[in-house]
Amino acid sequence: MKRFLPLIVLAVMAVLPLLGLSSYVMHLFILVVMWSVSGMAWNLLGGYTGQVSFGHAAFFGLGAYCAGLVSFHLGLSAWWGFAVSIPFVAATALVMGMIVLRLRGPYFVLATLALGEIMRITAENLTDLTQGNLGIMIQRTWVEKTGYYYIVLLMAAATYTVIKLLAESRWGYYFVAIREDQDAAESLGINTTLYKTIALTVSAVLTGFSGAFYMNYMGYIDPQVVFSLGDISILTIMVVMVGGVATYWGPIVGAVIMVLLAEVIRSLPYIGTAYQTLFGILLIVIIIYLPNGLVGDRDKLARLFGKKGAAH
Amino acid sequence: MWVQLEVFLQTLIAGVLLGGLYALIGIGMTLILGVMKIINLTHGQLMMVAMYIAFWLFSLFHIDPYVSLLVAPPLLFLLGMFLQKALINPVLRVESILPHNQVILTVGIGMVLQNLATIFFTSDYRSTPVDYATEAWYLSDYWRDAPFELSLSYPWTVSFCLSVIITTALWFFLTKTDTGKSIRATAQDRDAAMLMGVNVGLMRVITFGLGAALVGAAGCLFIPIYYLFPALGAQFTLIAFVITILGGLGSTMGAILGGLILGIFESMTATYVGMGWAPVGRFAIFVAALVFLPGGVASLLKRKAVSK
Repeated sequence: MKRFLPLIVLAVMAVLPLLGLSSYVMHLFILVVMWSVSGMAWNLLGGYTGQVSFGHAAFFGLGAYCAGLVSFHLGLSAWWGFAVSIPFVAATALVMGMIVLRLRGPYFVLATLALGEIMRITAENLTDLTQGNLGIMIQRTWVEKTGYYYIVLLMAAATYTVIKLLAESRWGYYFVAIREDQDAAESLGINTTLYKTIALTVSAVLTGFSGAFYMNYMGYIDPQVVFSLGDISILTIMVVMVGGVATYWGPIVGAVIMVLLAEVIRSLPYIGTAYQTLFGILLIVIIIYLPNGLVGDRDKLARLFGKKGAAH
Repeated sequence: MWVQLEVFLQTLIAGVLLGGLYALIGIGMTLILGVMKIINLTHGQLMMVAMYIAFWLFSLFHIDPYVSLLVAPPLLFLLGMFLQKALINPVLRVESILPHNQVILTVGIGMVLQNLATIFFTSDYRSTPVDYATEAWYLSDYWRDAPFELSLSYPWTVSFCLSVIITTALWFFLTKTDTGKSIRATAQDRDAAMLMGVNVGLMRVITFGLGAALVGAAGCLFIPIYYLFPALGAQFTLIAFVITILGGLGSTMGAILGGLILGIFESMTATYVGMGWAPVGRFAIFVAALVFLPGGVASLLKRKAVSK
């Protein structure tokens, strides 16, 4: 049963649009699936390899801009952005990995933060290419959501498969070994810089796809949105932290919770403006009490509620 | 030719003045990093809080921002101690997969601070219109036949001098007092310090408070010459960590030099490349430091000391 769980979930998700859900509900589903793609991608680097990135907006935005610019300047379909984004995102990740991943300690955290900001400022200033803060608007392919939904679902299934295959391969064990003890990993002959760079590149390319999809789906991007530290980079981290670090289902659970929570909070009167405060508090609470997320600490949760049940 | 020299010198002066203030921000960050081994990604947000304190003191009670140096840093000290005791300490004990939980935690704190500031104070740009804001000393006042004109803004200079005074006071505190020595010992080797009877837990709390107080002081010095809005914190957090990397992690001297280098470099990029590109210059120098000098300026200082 457990082995087929991903297929069952996929099948259920695939049937969903046939239920005739409203356009708003479909929009939420698309966001959930899109964020689980970003979350799963981040999880490969942050969860399995232990390299926390605060700059995945850089790759997300780069993917989005690849799609947008292909359509805007070359007149091609923005869906080509997926193919175009691969070399750009991979090259950025490789260069960054070769510079920063040699170093230990907090350098990587700081460099990723910086990368996101560099990308945003560059996109704001290269007005000839990116139109700066005006942003890029493209013609969307469909008005209906169903097409987008199936595409993003396909992406999620592919991402899940890639992450699962990677995590259960020899490389996956290298990643975890690096996270647990880099010295020990190195002494066993693992080229830690190489494998950290591989994890970064795969994670970046997958995040870039998520960004390219965002461009196609939303039809409009600007540097403040797609390179946003708070709304992309931190939200990606939160999706994984809330769901569960280094678990297959964590990012998916996290995406469901975060997207729904964001929608609910933003729609409430008065409290809507405080959604970042609530997110921040949620992040603090999760880190202190459930550092491995809902999925990762499910035993702890079960025990907590089990005890309560017994006491009553 | 004189014009070019004038522009260059004026840019240099602006850079040094800015760098002096940056150094104060960087020292707070590097102290926390040295003692706690965590990056405080809410550093700029703490500065924002201090700036709001100074701003409200000015607009409600007409207290000069420089006088609020006596109010805001102590308050920030308490806030820093509270954050450390209530939030960061529990996380240090929690078992988790990710090694960077405390860093993510500081991001969470920063989000809360920034959002609360937006709710309570709106995202309007604020400033303290002090009456000496536009006054300056001119070179031609002192040297009548000067071939070029240089000016030294009054508030910038005062802020710079106060920053130097605070830094010197901090240096005395760290090198001459028992508490200061204990902090440095904790930064060097936590376990050895503990064995020597240093209360490491207390030192951590004091250090976080001290780091917050320093950046709070920087906030009070910045408010007469800068403007204030809730999202300003993120920008200064980035500046603080660039300085920290540039100076060398945990090195106070490095942070001072790093601050100066960054200030001059930013000022130069703003003049010679363009205003919008100044932040890119900031990151270019950051990347250069990562590639060529990962240990920062501190590693150069150390190398020199060793070769002696």
